[in-house]
Amino acid sequence: MADVLKKVPVREQDPKVRATNFDEVCLGYNKDEAVEEAQRCLGCKKAKCMEGCPVQIHIPDFIGAVKEGDFAKAYSVISESSALPAICGRVCPQESQCEGRCIRGIKGEAVSIGKLERFVADWAREQGIKPAAPAEKNGKKVAVIGSGPAGLTCAGDLAKLGYDVTIFEALHKAGGVLVYGIPEFRLPKDGVVLPEVENVKSLGVKIETDVIIGKSVTIDELMENEGFDAVFIGSGAGLPKFMGIPGETACGVFSANEFLTRNNLMKAFDEKYDTPIFHGKKVAVVGGGNVAMDAARTALRLGAEVHIIYRRSEEELPARKEEVHHAKEEGIIFDLLTNPVEILEDENDWVKGIRCVRMELGEPDASGRRRPVEVEGSEFDIDVDTVIMSLGTSPNPLISSTTKGLEINKRKCIVAAEDTGATSKAGVFAGGDAVTGAATVILAMGAGKEAAKGIHEYLSQK
Amino acid sequence: MFKIVKAEQLSANVYKKVVLAPRVAASCQPGQFIIVRLDETGERIPLTICDYDREAGTVTIVFQPIGVSTSKMVDLKEGDYFLDFVGPLGRPSELVTDDFEEVKKKKVIFIAGGVGTAPVYPQAKWLHDHGVECDIIIGARSKDILIMEEEMSKVGNLYLCTDDGSYGFKGVGTAMLEKLVSEGHHYDLCVAIGPMIMMKFACLTTKKLGIPTIVSMNPIMVDGTGMCGACRVVVGDEVKFACVDGPEFDGHKIDFDQAMKRAAMYKTEEGRRMLAYKEGKTHHGGCGNCGGDK
Ligand SMILES: Cc1cc2nc3c(=O)[nH]c(=O)nc-3n(C[C@H](O)[C@H](O)[C@H](O)COP(=O)(O)OP(=O)(O)OC[C@H]3O[C@@H](n4cnc5c(N)ncnc54)[C@H](O)[C@@H]3O)c2cc1C
Ligand SMILES: Cc1cc2nc3c(=O)[nH]c(=O)nc-3n(C[C@H](O)[C@H](O)[C@H](O)COP(=O)(O)OP(=O)(O)OC[C@H]3O[C@@H](n4cnc5c(N)ncnc54)[C@H](O)[C@@H]3O)c2cc1C
Ligand code: SF4
Ligand code: SF4
Ligand code: FES
Repeated sequence: MADVLKKVPVREQDPKVRATNFDEVCLGYNKDEAVEEAQRCLGCKKAKCMEGCPVQIHIPDFIGAVKEGDFAKAYSVISESSALPAICGRVCPQESQCEGRCIRGIKGEAVSIGKLERFVADWAREQGIKPAAPAEKNGKKVAVIGSGPAGLTCAGDLAKLGYDVTIFEALHKAGGVLVYGIPEFRLPKDGVVLPEVENVKSLGVKIETDVIIGKSVTIDELMENEGFDAVFIGSGAGLPKFMGIPGETACGVFSANEFLTRNNLMKAFDEKYDTPIFHGKKVAVVGGGNVAMDAARTALRLGAEVHIIYRRSEEELPARKEEVHHAKEEGIIFDLLTNPVEILEDENDWVKGIRCVRMELGEPDASGRRRPVEVEGSEFDIDVDTVIMSLGTSPNPLISSTTKGLEINKRKCIVAAEDTGATSKAGVFAGGDAVTGAATVILAMGAGKEAAKGIHEYLSQK
Repeated sequence: MFKIVKAEQLSANVYKKVVLAPRVAASCQPGQFIIVRLDETGERIPLTICDYDREAGTVTIVFQPIGVSTSKMVDLKEGDYFLDFVGPLGRPSELVTDDFEEVKKKKVIFIAGGVGTAPVYPQAKWLHDHGVECDIIIGARSKDILIMEEEMSKVGNLYLCTDDGSYGFKGVGTAMLEKLVSEGHHYDLCVAIGPMIMMKFACLTTKKLGIPTIVSMNPIMVDGTGMCGACRVVVGDEVKFACVDGPEFDGHKIDFDQAMKRAAMYKTEEGRRMLAYKEGKTHHGGCGNCGGDK
């Protein structure tokens, strides 16, 4: 019998091998491993883990079913609360959510809730289990803007209630950050994301790609001319930030969004695709979140030596622990307590280095994290030929600037009620990153669910 | 899928496609652009809207084959489809959005260079349709690559120039402008659209002549919605995203030298793909002669 204080280890691709391919890093549990891991769950009456899950999946129940080998039941328990378990099981920051609260975690390691959820969802997909069939159509039309986790969830829930739903997506492919941002090696596109999108479609949801709301057509036009009774905005937070330091427009400086979009959405890593990507020999990625880890590990796979430059210390890295761990295993170099002040250019305006200063941690700031302060006279240069800026993103003003009466806050986020998603404009609801600023898949999904309820209530009264 | 309802070759190296895209046709304005994608493995290619017919639901694009994607586009015939056709992107020309009373008072000169003639057309046509008269200079290397002479002559006073003198005035567009001004023509605004190098020289000339100038920038783009930042251009002391803040900017504030370097960023990478497209995948590296794939 294995050590009950430890998680059943999950099989992963060897770091040396995976550093050269784009296949999924984590291979997941098989049936036996899943059942064994499920045994570790104490089936708590007052399950702490559920408090940590933003959509309150009934964790002890679904793990209980896995214990008994009844995976179909486990899937139906999860499906009551989550529409995208194969995705959340892979990308949720479990250590700070469900697993962070697990009783098992007090003495030993928490139960691998995420990996179990992933196992159940993958199993259901392999069995061809589909979500429940849609209800009878009620004749009311709802437009959903954006096909990320918020939009997909909202659309799916509304379709189940009988609404005639159309998703409008600006890009040529549905999925939002799930297809353009998060790389293949963490979240397989054809294997995992596409089937989720197909599930939503099988509920009768129409997806119209290549439509930019605010440009191709406005929300007001959708409601006035195209007969939509309500609109959900799940347009995400896609605008990249730059630092504003000298040299930032040099050739070879990219936003993480550009770098990841070229590689994930446009599949630049695959020779069959026409879109190019510039992959230098030595790359600096500035930032410490999930996006920075993804950009760094992508550059590594394209053949570069990669440095992550982050101004605080390891403890403050906002990325998921698992990603930081994987990045290190693969050979990413972490230059912590380091902050760029200038990008150095050669005579052809190409990046030739990045000038940084050392930082130390001072007093805690508003976010509760200790504020990094510059160590005077500590300037030094790192030779690199590519710089990828990964400093966070904010919502795109395309929609807010073209919709009459839609209130936004000073961070350009759409103002919406937390429990219903209702905005300042009648019939218009919003949720996900467009409302919260860059957050997580599960929060966006949760917001999509609440908004679907909000829209149903609104249209039932109308 | 977006159907091509008409395909035409305009000159030795310039092609026109009229595409059925009702949403774009309903909302586009002069100065805006679209992004097309040919097929599943294709790049996203930005192209300026050259004309539109709101009733028929069609949008016209005019392009020059440059790399793999645009070369593949040449072969598309009437009845074929673009996989994706998204837009309109970018801001409409200020001529269209500014207070019309002010616009009406302006004497506008357009300078169109090569394939840049296409994006000038809807702007000149818009002015013409609104009863405002304008002058248009079209510059091309030689007669056989000059395009849209007939359409243009209907919407403005046309001045044609060729570098080699094979047609019209012998010389570049900016020389024609200087000639017109020296002959007593007065202009309140110049709109120059064409290759980056042509816009750079047009701006140097109009600065000297004191004519405010608008240019249409065509940096490398990916999404066209403000999401990637690939299209960054330096305008004065600000960094702008051409796809959402432009593509038209005050030409006197543009750092053209930098813009040109950024436009060439993927040259080697694209060149390799073009070779592979034209000659098949014979360049696989490993022969020791070309340094392989790096
Ligand atoms: C690289 C990267 C890695 C991440 N890693 C993780 C992780 O490990 N775990 C985690 O939980 N979260 C992660 N996140 C965050 C997470 O992906 C987002 O919080 C989540 O996707 C937000 O979902 P959303 O539906 O609100 O928006 P998005 O997923 O951003 O989807 C919005 C969609 O709307 C479309 N759109 C925008 N404007 C318009 C318009 N005007 N008209 C039509 N369509 C429009 C966009 O094209 C996009 O497809 C990561 C994010 C990135 C970028
Ligand atoms: C807003 C906008 C409007 C445009 N309008 C038109 C138009 O109306 N007609 C037209 O013919 N072209 C137009 N272009 C340029 C057109 O998009 C490029 O020629 C095209 O993307 C090249 O694609 P390709 O795959 O064939 O060549 P690639 O293989 O991508 O590139 C070949 C070479 O061209 C360079 N290049 C790539 N993209 C551009 C670019 N955007 N500008 C200049 N050089 C580039 C590359 O560095 C490379 O050296 C426009 C570009 C923008 C951004
Ligand atoms: S959805 Fe996320 S937080 Fe909730 S149980 Fe699953 S992995 Fe944990
Ligand atoms: S807290 Fe941990 S042990 Fe208890 S039910 Fe949740 S997962 Fe199982
Ligand atoms: S093309 Fe991506 S931001 Fe402009």
